[in-house]
Amino acid sequence: MPPLTDHHAATESNGRGTSEMITFEEVSKSWGDNHVLRSLNFHVAPGEKVSIIGPSGSGKTTILRILMTLETPDDGLVSIEREPLWDARGGAKPKETKQMRAICRKIGMVFQSFNLFPHMTAVQNVMEAPVQVLGMSKDDARERAQDLMELVGLSKHLDHKPPELSGGQQQRVAIARALAMRPKILLFDEPTSALDPELIGEVLAVIRDLALSADMTMLMVTHEMRFAEEISDRVVMFDSGRVVEQGPPHKIFKDPDHERTKLFLRAVLER
Amino acid sequence: MIWSNEYAIDILPVLLDGLWLTVRITLLGMGIALVLGLFVAVIRFLKIPVLSALFTFYVLFVRGTPLLAQVYAAFYVLPTYGIRFSALVTGVAVIGINYSAYTAEVYRAGIEGVPAGQWEAAKALSLPHRRTWAKIVLPQSIKTIIPVLGNYWVQMFKDTAILSAITVVELMQSAKTLANSDVRSLEPYTIAGIMYLVISYTASLLVKALERRYAPTH
Amino acid sequence: MSTVFEYRELFIQGLQATALLTVLGLLLTLVVAFTAGLARLSRHWVLRAPSYVFVEVFRGTSMIVQLFWFYYALPQLGLQLTPLFAGVLVLGLNEGAYAAEVVRGTIASRPRGQTEACIALGLSPAQRMRRVLIPQSIPAMLPSFGNVFVDLLKATSLVSFITVSELTFLALDVRNNTGETTAVFLTMLVIYFALAMAIALLTLLLERRFAIDRKRRPSLRKALLGSGGGPVSA
Repeated sequence: MPPLTDHHAATESNGRGTSEMITFEEVSKSWGDNHVLRSLNFHVAPGEKVSIIGPSGSGKTTILRILMTLETPDDGLVSIEREPLWDARGGAKPKETKQMRAICRKIGMVFQSFNLFPHMTAVQNVMEAPVQVLGMSKDDARERAQDLMELVGLSKHLDHKPPELSGGQQQRVAIARALAMRPKILLFDEPTSALDPELIGEVLAVIRDLALSADMTMLMVTHEMRFAEEISDRVVMFDSGRVVEQGPPHKIFKDPDHERTKLFLRAVLER
Repeated sequence: MIWSNEYAIDILPVLLDGLWLTVRITLLGMGIALVLGLFVAVIRFLKIPVLSALFTFYVLFVRGTPLLAQVYAAFYVLPTYGIRFSALVTGVAVIGINYSAYTAEVYRAGIEGVPAGQWEAAKALSLPHRRTWAKIVLPQSIKTIIPVLGNYWVQMFKDTAILSAITVVELMQSAKTLANSDVRSLEPYTIAGIMYLVISYTASLLVKALERRYAPTH
Repeated sequence: MSTVFEYRELFIQGLQATALLTVLGLLLTLVVAFTAGLARLSRHWVLRAPSYVFVEVFRGTSMIVQLFWFYYALPQLGLQLTPLFAGVLVLGLNEGAYAAEVVRGTIASRPRGQTEACIALGLSPAQRMRRVLIPQSIPAMLPSFGNVFVDLLKATSLVSFITVSELTFLALDVRNNTGETTAVFLTMLVIYFALAMAIALLTLLLERRFAIDRKRRPSLRKALLGSGGGPVSA
């Protein structure tokens, strides 16, 4: 199986040493009166698998979206491998730059609603970015795409278009598409929330394989508590724009410290 | 001289007269279109055996042929059967009937655009048919219908220029007459153009404001 | 009706001229629509502003005014166009202005998730537009462009004002020569109608061919009645 990522876990050529892959320093974001993130301080180490749980509207997705440059923070500093991605310290309005896109290339994202390109076949979806962005030849890109499609169990669906695939299959193609760019960080925004119950398992299986075999950093927002417990190195409980508490899965799920966490888990796990 | 301000000011009164007639034609024509269109829409909705099909064909035919062709046809054919209307009356009638084919479709689309769920909910609540129409379906369909009708109104305003073909002295014909008699064509046509532009642009902004106000809530 | 048959040469000539005007007009319309439509979506106001002005001016003035202006008023500024050239030019610019809104609106209404996926994959804005947003939008644009096509057909009748020998112009001619008012005008209207129905059918076939979502087949009813358009869209 070809390597999924080609980064080296601990050291970086810029010499500063990367004990942190992702850094949020005092990051704030609001929509009008709604403070989605309040002076958030948050770090992720290289290769760490982190799950973020919490009620809707708590700002969990915003964290991912800021990383993916889909939203702009109002304040604070966001860095990837210690290189600033968003510098909004002191309320400055950061501008989009070419450097940003270069840093952004280290990050991939899997969306709740898959967002596959409907006019392209599955394999074309996966090939698109390597050809257009990395300048890969079509043959090389196709080879990589076929390997990835096999990885996610969809070798028989290479030439199917998204409308012909089930939700679970589409999401697996989406994961393959994100992996095609060999990202160092992979973000998952509620990857199974839009799926019919019986299709969730196949997608979680793929994510589980990734978590266990790849040294890619993974940051996942999810409502699948048991799954989060199974694959995460760290679980973060998020509410009202702040980190309520965080720690290893067995601590958060079995013996949380905070009342808010307990209430949330009780509401979610009791069905 | 390429452009003469003097001449431009001289011809303004004539052009404004034409503009005033244009406005009146539009109001009348729209009135006819709104009422007739509603009638056509209701007949088609009731699915009366021969009549509804006839009206559907009428809508298709009117929409599939040019307004100018229809105007010429009415203007020249009617007198041969002894029906003598003035050019103005013929023009207004044809524009009204033509646009009624479009308003009929707007009404139909508006009613059909109300989600089926609304009808189902009303039925589940055992609301009487008339009440369902009056309180539930019509108010919601009006939201989508009004801006589209507004757009057609603006379009009709511009289409009145076609009536210059049958010598109705609206804005376009006034400009043409000036251009032909005074041999200066730049000023009449440019000013006429500006008049059309100012009014229809303003009107279209109003329609856009209406659209926003009545925007369907998702 | 026998007179109509006698003069069938002229009717055929008119039909051909009308068809030619419509097709040439359509080609120019497509060019104008995509140029102005994409310019309206640009991040640079240097592109957005002029295209906005162009669209509003050509949509806000009657097509007849535009025809007269380009054919009769321009000579006063020193430029004399042939009737055919002026006709096709105005058809293209006018319908192009309307169609530009179709282009802009369709592309802008693609799900936000598509743009986000492109950003996540690192595609540049130009690649995003070219590879993802525009290709997806084309099937969605077809019904509206079908309307534009029919509108162009109907608008060609206006070109009779500037002495182009298309169907309306020649029908008037025949009528003047023969006095057979009803038969002549009926024939003229039926020819237009037949052409319009042919275009509607063509559009339907194209829609079915290019449909991304095979499950929702475009209906004939929708193709015929359309979702908009106007009598002449002048």
